[in-house]
Amino acid sequence: MKAETNLEKLFNQGEFVVTAELGPPKSVSIKLIEKKVNILRDYVDAVNITDNQTAVVRMSSLACSIIVKKNGLEPILQMTTRDRNRIALQSDIIGSAALGINNVLCLSGDHQTLGNHPGAMNVFDIDSIQLVSMLKNMRDKAIFQNNETIRYPPKLFIGAAANPFADPFEYRVIRLAKKLKAGADFIQTQAIFDVERFSRWMEDVRRRGLHQQVYIMAGVTPLKSYKEAYNMTNVAGVTIPEEILERMKIAKDQKAEGVKICLEIIKKIKKIEGVRGLHIMAVMWEDIVPLLVRESGLYPRTKII
Amino acid sequence: MIIAKRKPVKDILKMINKDKKILLVGCGTCVTVCSAGGEKEVGILSKLIKIAFRKENKSIQIIERTIKRQCEKEFVEEIREEIISCDAILSMGCGIGVQTIASMFEDILVYPTLDTSFDGMPEEQGVWVELCSCCGNCILDKTAGICPITRCSKSLLNGPCGGVQNGMCEVDKDTPCAWQSIYERLKKQGKLDTLTEIEPIRDWSTSRNGGVRKIVREDLKL
Repeated sequence: MKAETNLEKLFNQGEFVVTAELGPPKSVSIKLIEKKVNILRDYVDAVNITDNQTAVVRMSSLACSIIVKKNGLEPILQMTTRDRNRIALQSDIIGSAALGINNVLCLSGDHQTLGNHPGAMNVFDIDSIQLVSMLKNMRDKAIFQNNETIRYPPKLFIGAAANPFADPFEYRVIRLAKKLKAGADFIQTQAIFDVERFSRWMEDVRRRGLHQQVYIMAGVTPLKSYKEAYNMTNVAGVTIPEEILERMKIAKDQKAEGVKICLEIIKKIKKIEGVRGLHIMAVMWEDIVPLLVRESGLYPRTKII
Repeated sequence: MIIAKRKPVKDILKMINKDKKILLVGCGTCVTVCSAGGEKEVGILSKLIKIAFRKENKSIQIIERTIKRQCEKEFVEEIREEIISCDAILSMGCGIGVQTIASMFEDILVYPTLDTSFDGMPEEQGVWVELCSCCGNCILDKTAGICPITRCSKSLLNGPCGGVQNGMCEVDKDTPCAWQSIYERLKKQGKLDTLTEIEPIRDWSTSRNGGVRKIVREDLKL
């Protein structure tokens, strides 16, 4: 094993892993974080702590990860390359690993023009694949990006994202292979609404044997309303089929319908060979996670002591 | 070439509101081609300034000239007499032109009338697009002649990211995803295998990130 985090141990022993997402607060409130951790703690194995998600300023992912860990839930530190150069990224990784935060998810990050500080300068010194490579070298070769030795290197369980739905479709599996080559240990996909298309992507993944080289987690997002679903179709990386939009539109209780659709998707995904876990992205709706986990037969979670 | 666009007239007027005699100088190269600061634009701006001044019952004398290139001292020298006779110079050149004139006449005020925007070309009549960011280390041989540093919003070297939709960038639905374009062109050329290689972390020090740049050609120095 690479880092012996709970997340890694659970994958390693063949468990169907469940993770969720926690967006840090836009303030110094630790109470808000504790509240979310209390909701999620018994229902997920680890939780992604987002990094200024959608380029909106929030408490730093590193700081929030420390608080989450203190409250008894294992964090997955999300790192984007949008705001920090290689100097800052390596520095933050060493800091987080020193504090026992060893799960990292490497992302490029939503462009700052989409967020609440659109006039900010770009960084994008490196991209997400290069970040995966750089972290792998820090861990396995104990070197910084400039090849200098790291005396006490970080232990890391390295993740990356995959989007089976973005264009060009036929290139997405090649891109996944590239992330594996760079050193990804686990993958989380973007929210799946089109299970058929995801299935086809997984077929391609399996044909290349990639599912045996990396732990793939399928992402889902429960829809709260038709309006939200409609707006989501404009969000980078999200594709929602017409029939789901239609169901949300005509539903008497849109929230209930959203949950129903999500449970149906989870049920189908669980059966797909090569899927090693579920990543629930319940944006601003963390309290729905326990229900989703229970109703999908994924409760109770195995606790590693 | 360098693409620029003229500042709003009200911003230009703020710069010269105390001046009595100004030289309005156009440039005959890049900004003529992109219709921002050539002889024609000098004529137009001159009229707009005079109208604005008249509205406030003020007067201003404007000398209009256009030189071949404002970035070369020998052309700026041609209008030395006009320059030193004025209170201020309104340059319709790009940022390079403005600075060249300013460096040659340090006790005269030189103002920019253009917002120099990018290095690009006319995609079609009236539409200019950014193509090169002068990174100092060209990789166009690897990317089928499409620059990802300039044309990918995130300057990804192993793109595309997950934000591409219908071949367009997440930043703007009218901006093509550079990596999708690279993919398609490499496919046409039968060179898709180049995309399986991971492009390593780049040395950005050849770009503006490494500090102000200079090229010295000893073989050309006098």
